[in-house]
Amino acid sequence: MWTYIARRFLAVPPLLLAVSFLTYALLYAAPGDYFTRLEEDPSVTAEYMAQLRAQYGLDGGLFTRYWHWLVNAVQFDFGHSFRFDVPVFDLITERLSNTLVLSVASLILAWGLALPLGVLAGVHQGRLLDKIVGFISFFGLSIPRVFFSLLMVMFAANTKWFPVGGMRDQIYWDVMTPWEQFVDVAHHLVLPAIVIGTTQTASYMRQMRAEMVETLSKDFVRTAKAKGLAHWQVVYKHAFGNAVNPLITLFGYSLAALLAGSFLVEIVFAWPGLARLTVDAVFAQDEPVVMASVIMATSMLVLGNLIADLLLAFVDPRIRLE
Amino acid sequence: MAQQHRSPWQIMWAKLRGNRTAMVGLVVLAFLYLGALFAGFISPYSDTHQFREDNWHPPQITQLHLWDDEGTFRGPFVYAQNRVDDFLAEYEEDRSRIIEIDFFVRGDTYELLGLFETDLHLFGTADTERAIFLFGSDRYGRDIFTRIMYGSRISLSVGIIGILISMSLGMLIGGVAGYFGGRVDFVLMRIVEVILAVPGLYMILTVRQAFGQDMSSTQSYFIMVLVLAFIGWAGNARVIRGMVLSIKENEYVTAAEALGLPRLRIIARHILPNTLSFVIVTATLAVPYYILGEVALSFIGVGIQEPDASWGNMLREAQNVRYLTDYAWVVTPGFFIFFAVMAFNFLGDGLRDAADPRSLE
Repeated sequence: MWTYIARRFLAVPPLLLAVSFLTYALLYAAPGDYFTRLEEDPSVTAEYMAQLRAQYGLDGGLFTRYWHWLVNAVQFDFGHSFRFDVPVFDLITERLSNTLVLSVASLILAWGLALPLGVLAGVHQGRLLDKIVGFISFFGLSIPRVFFSLLMVMFAANTKWFPVGGMRDQIYWDVMTPWEQFVDVAHHLVLPAIVIGTTQTASYMRQMRAEMVETLSKDFVRTAKAKGLAHWQVVYKHAFGNAVNPLITLFGYSLAALLAGSFLVEIVFAWPGLARLTVDAVFAQDEPVVMASVIMATSMLVLGNLIADLLLAFVDPRIRLE
Repeated sequence: MAQQHRSPWQIMWAKLRGNRTAMVGLVVLAFLYLGALFAGFISPYSDTHQFREDNWHPPQITQLHLWDDEGTFRGPFVYAQNRVDDFLAEYEEDRSRIIEIDFFVRGDTYELLGLFETDLHLFGTADTERAIFLFGSDRYGRDIFTRIMYGSRISLSVGIIGILISMSLGMLIGGVAGYFGGRVDFVLMRIVEVILAVPGLYMILTVRQAFGQDMSSTQSYFIMVLVLAFIGWAGNARVIRGMVLSIKENEYVTAAEALGLPRLRIIARHILPNTLSFVIVTATLAVPYYILGEVALSFIGVGIQEPDASWGNMLREAQNVRYLTDYAWVVTPGFFIFFAVMAFNFLGDGLRDAADPRSLE
């Protein structure tokens, strides 16, 4: 077990190395750079451009530049953003925490819906409730998040019940008490969290239902029923515990999607998270920011997958990890 | 009793026929793809035809009439909408003026199936000065129904072409990795891992951006398909490799090897065909990824560019909150994306059940 964990951890650095190099090469291959637009100004001389590029480390070949980036990155120095002229690390951590607020809220919503509804659908297999749950999951699986988000924005704009975007009130934020600030963020959070939550919950719900249906047909469940246990005891004490096991892995994978899952929703709702920052940075060719956010998102995905595999090993003793 | 022999494909088809949701999906897809194929004929105008006087015209699909106020049968028609406010684009129905809808009318020229030019449209207005906007018109007074039809050619073909490329790549690379094993396998699988390690949209965006921003819609279209396929093949290759690992242990593979067949031929003719039912199911379920990929890229602004229409770049208009409240019909393309994705999910689910030998007919 421990050797397995150690080996999995040892595989992470080479992977991150490969990903960062690939990303860097792609950024390098893109025509022009952050300063290209300055060249259109006739008063800007070629010498000045060269000086500028040297200052920001944009001269030199792919390998020199990548090496330079890498040496700093392993010391957790991701450089300065070209656009904002602040350390990328500060920029990213702020946006990252905003994204996490949104995705953790959606995660709680998704699982909070998926488990009870999946169990109920499994228990009431083939009946109305099951059909409703089935419909919700098909809806959630198929509705594009962009479209769902736009509908929600439309809803917010028409009813004025919710803000149409952003994360906090632009005007009164500074004069709010911490409690009011919390309520304000929660208010902004509702619609985007619903969008991500419902679209995510669909597959978990389906899985939960399927596991429940299968477990309920097992022998030990029949035994429990034959012993004369009450229905709820059979369902919640005997069946549920066994049925929920495979879902734990799925939970691990949903941790992996924590950063990337909210991408388009963040953009539609103008949520000040990692997605908006990355898109803008990619367009502006703000290399340090793009590199840092790709590495951040990748690390999250890799770690999430690792956690999922480990969780599976913990909950299912039949799986031997070598 | 004479035993009926049926091929696995016939059995699969029979099972699929019995699956109502899958058939609904199939029919919806048939309609959508026919619409894309005959976009020019079905839509009353060309995708760039602007009715400048009629921008933000509300949809008329719910206002189709057959009988007028006196109760006389007039055939399909709509009442004219007069613009009340030039600036705000507000319209009011004018009950005294009737716009009749004719079938097989002449209008803008287009190329049917890319073969020959014609100007015949399925329907249109008898009076060419007054337009019919089934789903309303957009900012420039272009018919949204028309643009959805034209846009579907892009949005729906991205899925098919993308999946063809990524599946072929996935089968080839997965097959080679699984069959040869050893160092080849090691290297190929590490590449797969790198591609899969980067969250989808981050990867798509960076790869897309490596090609630069300023390009025509045609270039953009091909790059988009390539980018999506470049990322999509990795997952397929991994699964195919796993299947090949077990298939290559079969005796017929040993027999083929003993016959001295070239190894790539063994992979292509004897091993990969066994993965076909998996491939078909996965491909069907993966098409939405490409459709949504196009939507995402065009929505962000690096996909199909104006004035060309795609479902993604039509939704881009809806980012303006005022348009969303005042001209709610800007989101209509979203319903089409939704239906297309849903139909592929229905069909893919049905195919998966049908391909499962344990499932009952």
